[in-house]
Amino acid sequence: MSQPTDPAAMPGQTPDITASEEAPQEVEAKIMVASQWKLIWWKFRRHKLAMISGIIVIAIYFVAAFAEFFEVFPPDQYAARYTYAPPQTIHLIDMSDGTPRLAPYVNGYKVTIDSFSLRRTFVVDPEQKIPFRFFAKGFEYKLLGIIPWDRHLIGPVNPEDPFYLLGADALGRDLLSRMIAGGRISMSIGLLGVAISLILGILLGGLSGYYGGAVDNIIQRIIEFLRSLPTIPLWMSLAAALPITWPPLYVYFGITIILSFIGWTGLARVVRGRFLALREEDFVLAARLDGAPQIYLIMRHMVPSFLSHIIASITLAIPGMILSETALSFLGLGLRPPVVSWGVLLQDAQNIRAVSTAPWLLIPGLAVVIAVLSLNFLGDGLRDAADPYGR
Amino acid sequence: MLQYIARRVLMMIPTLFAISVVTFIIIQLPPGDFFTTYISNLAAMGESVDQTVVEAIKKEYGFGEPIYVQYGKWIWKIITQGDFGRSFQRGRPVTELIGDRLALTVVLSLFALIITWVIAFPIGIYSAVRQYSIGDYIFTFLGFIGLAVPSFLIALVLMYIAFKYFNQSVGGLFSPEFVDAPWNLAKLRDLLNHLWIPTIIIALEGTAGLIRVMRANLLDELHKPYYTTAKAKGLSEFQALIQYPVRVALNPWISSVGWVLPGLVSGATIISVVLSLPTTGPMQLQALLNQDMYLAGSFVLLLSALTVIGTLISDILLAWIDPRIRYQ
Repeated sequence: MSQPTDPAAMPGQTPDITASEEAPQEVEAKIMVASQWKLIWWKFRRHKLAMISGIIVIAIYFVAAFAEFFEVFPPDQYAARYTYAPPQTIHLIDMSDGTPRLAPYVNGYKVTIDSFSLRRTFVVDPEQKIPFRFFAKGFEYKLLGIIPWDRHLIGPVNPEDPFYLLGADALGRDLLSRMIAGGRISMSIGLLGVAISLILGILLGGLSGYYGGAVDNIIQRIIEFLRSLPTIPLWMSLAAALPITWPPLYVYFGITIILSFIGWTGLARVVRGRFLALREEDFVLAARLDGAPQIYLIMRHMVPSFLSHIIASITLAIPGMILSETALSFLGLGLRPPVVSWGVLLQDAQNIRAVSTAPWLLIPGLAVVIAVLSLNFLGDGLRDAADPYGR
Repeated sequence: MLQYIARRVLMMIPTLFAISVVTFIIIQLPPGDFFTTYISNLAAMGESVDQTVVEAIKKEYGFGEPIYVQYGKWIWKIITQGDFGRSFQRGRPVTELIGDRLALTVVLSLFALIITWVIAFPIGIYSAVRQYSIGDYIFTFLGFIGLAVPSFLIALVLMYIAFKYFNQSVGGLFSPEFVDAPWNLAKLRDLLNHLWIPTIIIALEGTAGLIRVMRANLLDELHKPYYTTAKAKGLSEFQALIQYPVRVALNPWISSVGWVLPGLVSGATIISVVLSLPTTGPMQLQALLNQDMYLAGSFVLLLSALTVIGTLISDILLAWIDPRIRYQ
């Protein structure tokens, strides 16, 4: 998309920071001495939508990091009795004995089995109350892989009780727990994929922009070639090439590498373009004439001025990765069960029969949408803020 | 100009060659081949395979020979006879299989494309001209949603709504009674009845992105002095807008319009799988999953070649329309 056109901005124009009650001179003085990161932060803070999105993104990654704590049951624990059990509603206040009393519960199910189709139908049973509590004892796990614990944010008082806040899937597994577990995989694939793309992009883009000449030419031809390949068929063929016999962890890394295989070309272009533009800047020339050593010149003067742009670009690249992983897994080419990702979860909702009996199977799609939307807004805000002197 | 086109066409040859090599390597990547899987499957079911037939086919395609010999045999047949090999799974020539589905795929994609443009361009222009109006906010919001919701999710939700509230099944392109019927007016009407929902879903996929591109490009142009000049000289608002800034704002779109070409043939794979449409997309997916390598490889090769040709068309169009571009 279009670059912000800074020549259009008036030279004397100063960004109006939020502290409007201060005298103009003081504001001016504050801006003059503010560091670049401070300017970016000031500008970013004005972008309300981006701020909210940033908080959501942090929350999602927080849940992903401490997934086991937020899960109610282990994501692969099945219960044949509760096939396609519908979502339960939370009641915080118990009114049964006349006086309201704070005792959170959900209603149980009455199950009838159709003698013809053998399908279970669940009816909410208002008589049956399943009390639940916060910080409940549940399955044991290791927080962050180190600290052993058995508390969970929310859970039924009696761990044997059915407790499906977002319903159950075909095997009676808790969708909420699976969605949280899936979030860890889907969100981390985005991060990891972008990290790999970034390393490749900065390395090759930087080489290309810095040396120019033959190196630049070769790298640019490679990028052009990779971009001339159609993305989706290429991803599909590469994903199909992952051996069936691979353990889930290998497949996970394999898919991530496949996704970054195309992604790095975009980042390499951004880095190269910035390098080429910066090389000609006056302040770089001034530093060079001052006799600054090359590595100092790059690290102290060039990198800080495009780092913010790079951060914005990678934020905008993560949602693309998440969407691609979801699509690949949905088609059965990406991650495979028992690994749980949002795409794998949506695979259960692939046919109309499953969706019509259990519409809640589509809820993981909502998680994808929220994650992608907030990453997009955050990235947009960062991109605008990355250029504090722009419009 | 002619010289420019000639040079670009010549440059396509090494690219296409590289693409064919990469394609061949990719489809060779999975361990084992179709026959190993096929024979072991049959053996598992207690059936035996006519070894002579298998040997004959293996010989024809050079199985067991070095990879460059296999590649040579494959590419030579494509260039000299237009023979893309056979699908092992379906036992028919690849060209026939793709040809069967191509017409429908192109019709579907073409309609979807036209809908995308008809929706996206006016909205994009409106959003830019009336920036920060309520309409702009609504469309920008919808655009963001459109970018964030995977297309297969839209397909699933629409399918659910159609099933639940209109009691209509959306999958497929024909009602059961028409699937094998010969073509007649009733079948055509049945097709059109089924066609519109998938067409709209496929169309929506590209709309959000195009609106945003159009809006951003036009916004850059609207602040330029030539537009003010055009208006000051007395051109009507509409005429000034369409004749100058819109024309310039179309450039980035033109530079990617060539990719429509592979898009027409690839048949919106994911949506087609969800809605079980008989387009080329699901066939390719099946081919990949079953290691039906010539079918899968031909698809990738075909789509890559079309991408390269599409890029060329875009570049020529751009050089032709935008006088600022020089042919170097």
